[in-house]
Amino acid sequence: MDLTTQKLLEQNMLGDSVITTRIDAVIDWGRQSSLWPFVFGTACCAIEFMATAASRYDIARFGAEVLRFSPRHADLLVVAGTVSMKQAPILKQIYDQMPEPRWVISMGACASSGGFYDNYTTLQGIDEIVPVDVYIAGCPPRPEALLDAVVEIQKMLWKEPALKPRRPDFKGILDEQ
Amino acid sequence: MSSETFDFEAFKRAASSVEVAGKMGGMPVIRVDETELFRAASFLKERQRYTMLLEITAVDWLTSPKPPSTRFETLYLFRHEDFARTVALKVAVHDPEQGVDSLTPLFLSADWLEREVYDQYGIVFKNHPCLKRILNHLQFEGYPLRKDYPIDRRHLCTETQDMMDELGPLIETEGYDLANDNLMVLNLGPSHPASHGTIRTIVALDGERIVAGASEIGYLHRGFEKSCETHTYNQIIPYTDRLNYCSALMNNIAFAKTVEEMLDIQLPDRAIFIRVVLAELSRIIDHLVCLAAGLLDMGAQTNYWYLFNPRNDAYDFLSKLTGARLTNSFMRIGGMTHDLYEGWREDLDDVLKKVRQGIDETLRMVAKNRIFNERVQEISPVSAEDAVSWGFTGPNLRASGVPYDLRFADPYYYYDTFDFDMVVGSVGDTHDRMMVRFEEMLQSIRIIEQAVERMPQGPVNVDDRAVTLPPKEEVYNTIEGTMNQFKLIFEGVKVPAGEYYGAFEAANGELGFYIVSDGSGTPYKVKVRAPSFLHMQAYPKIIVDYQVADAIMTLGSLNIIAGEMDR
Repeated sequence: MDLTTQKLLEQNMLGDSVITTRIDAVIDWGRQSSLWPFVFGTACCAIEFMATAASRYDIARFGAEVLRFSPRHADLLVVAGTVSMKQAPILKQIYDQMPEPRWVISMGACASSGGFYDNYTTLQGIDEIVPVDVYIAGCPPRPEALLDAVVEIQKMLWKEPALKPRRPDFKGILDEQ
Repeated sequence: MSSETFDFEAFKRAASSVEVAGKMGGMPVIRVDETELFRAASFLKERQRYTMLLEITAVDWLTSPKPPSTRFETLYLFRHEDFARTVALKVAVHDPEQGVDSLTPLFLSADWLEREVYDQYGIVFKNHPCLKRILNHLQFEGYPLRKDYPIDRRHLCTETQDMMDELGPLIETEGYDLANDNLMVLNLGPSHPASHGTIRTIVALDGERIVAGASEIGYLHRGFEKSCETHTYNQIIPYTDRLNYCSALMNNIAFAKTVEEMLDIQLPDRAIFIRVVLAELSRIIDHLVCLAAGLLDMGAQTNYWYLFNPRNDAYDFLSKLTGARLTNSFMRIGGMTHDLYEGWREDLDDVLKKVRQGIDETLRMVAKNRIFNERVQEISPVSAEDAVSWGFTGPNLRASGVPYDLRFADPYYYYDTFDFDMVVGSVGDTHDRMMVRFEEMLQSIRIIEQAVERMPQGPVNVDDRAVTLPPKEEVYNTIEGTMNQFKLIFEGVKVPAGEYYGAFEAANGELGFYIVSDGSGTPYKVKVRAPSFLHMQAYPKIIVDYQVADAIMTLGSLNIIAGEMDR
């Protein structure tokens, strides 16, 4: 609540009047500071995620500290670590279980592109399976970089219509074509 | 490892067709005929008391310049019960589809080790109870570690296995009937908050009690061993960081040490002492994350902050030193990238002070806490005998009361001259596994303090132009320096042809590297003996008869690191 609004309320200058706004603005304002992340932590990046959640970096400062361990409760998927071909169907299942609207952060080189694991077992980037909104460089990225990605998502959601499904047309290699 | 007391003559009488095939470092390598393998192994175990099966792997000699008579060979490493001696058995495999005998009736650790060889090389193990892929998914075709398998051939995985082929028989042997006994089958993982990585365990529950369990691993199989075959020795160092990413530096050191032993070079003393300091600091931060996460799993959240914050302070020290918080890649063959920075001692002292404070505060909260103790005491104990047979090493083995630590059994890097104690538990339950780690951190602090005091001045790299890069002023100003740099970067450090097994007491246990060199700058084969792989194998067996909530604590106390387990 900004200062003018507070002042108006304190002085009861609004009286019985009604505030009008756009529904998008209200919803986005609520969403931006209450992103609920689901962390699909597979490897080294997950350890840096732990550091981000711990008190030094404190992801709560950005309103994203309500870590959910069920994708059905979350709207922000953080893929932290290498995703192998064996994990791909699991990643897809997790993404499919998340309710709309949902955002995806690809944390680190492996999740974004396979990293230096260009071999028989590693998926060359999770965007072959799920749509990605923000990629973070680094192996692993520092906690500041992850916080930056969260802020990036917050900015992004302001620009989008609040009540429409995101990325309905995305087709990954595991989706039925 | 000394070898003088291995009774070869008695061994020969037992298995008729054996021959000494040479030595690997100090370790005798004995060649056994396929048909004699089982007898030889049981003789080693029963009569010679080689009670731990350390490792099983295979070598594909297809592209070797000097191939032996058969394309495939399997290799078995056995460790004596005195932990000072190791012996290797080699078996020439004439037909991988016919295969060799399984050692599962003799050693508990053989099961997954053999499955891995089958998965990666396609060598069959006769009479194995459940021979199926373990690291790769079931839709995978071909055997990736065979030399004719291209490194980038991927296979799409569209579905996960249901695991009932493993769980079903286990339920039956426990005397239950899945259809009629009203058991509940529950998946723990692969994406589970307490699995600390992607590990899947499927359990059958009778009420809250676990009746049977089976684990599926391989979700973080990243092809470390195949990638090694296309990189030079120094290029492999960043890959080793990502094995046990909670103590990356320690993996660097273990790998570099093994290659240096193959090259037969002696590091300058300053480099050795720096390595001791960094290895022990890594042990501390590894145990910190294990205990912080373990306590968090049982709801003791405050301790998570108490233990994770000093870890962050250690990160600050490491990033100042190496430029990276987690994956440091600081070591090189023959030394390390550069010397310590000015003022490192004050920073390190500060880190150690905070670590000690974190441990003190946590122990004050949990050590005599009734809730904590009742949650962890007498949960999933592992007997000393079983721990050895499972191939446990490190804190998990010592928790079971087996006094084995490579820093004592086969001291390297002057460990025999440091004043510190081996931490040994008594019953091997979850409580012991956690408490051993608390105490080990304090012992590591003692070692670091002594190493810092004793650290001499001098170079941190060997003075050998075939191993160490020349100084930059030489590279830019002289043609010899430029050529030297070019050859070392492009061709790598040339390691004499041969094979070697080097072991290191890492945070989780014995981290071993079995390396085959063909004389070039790229290894012909690298196999990691990963402690977590063997610890995980025991997990679904030791949680039986306990509750789901206990199983979560047990997993945390074993400290399974997926990167190291799946490689």
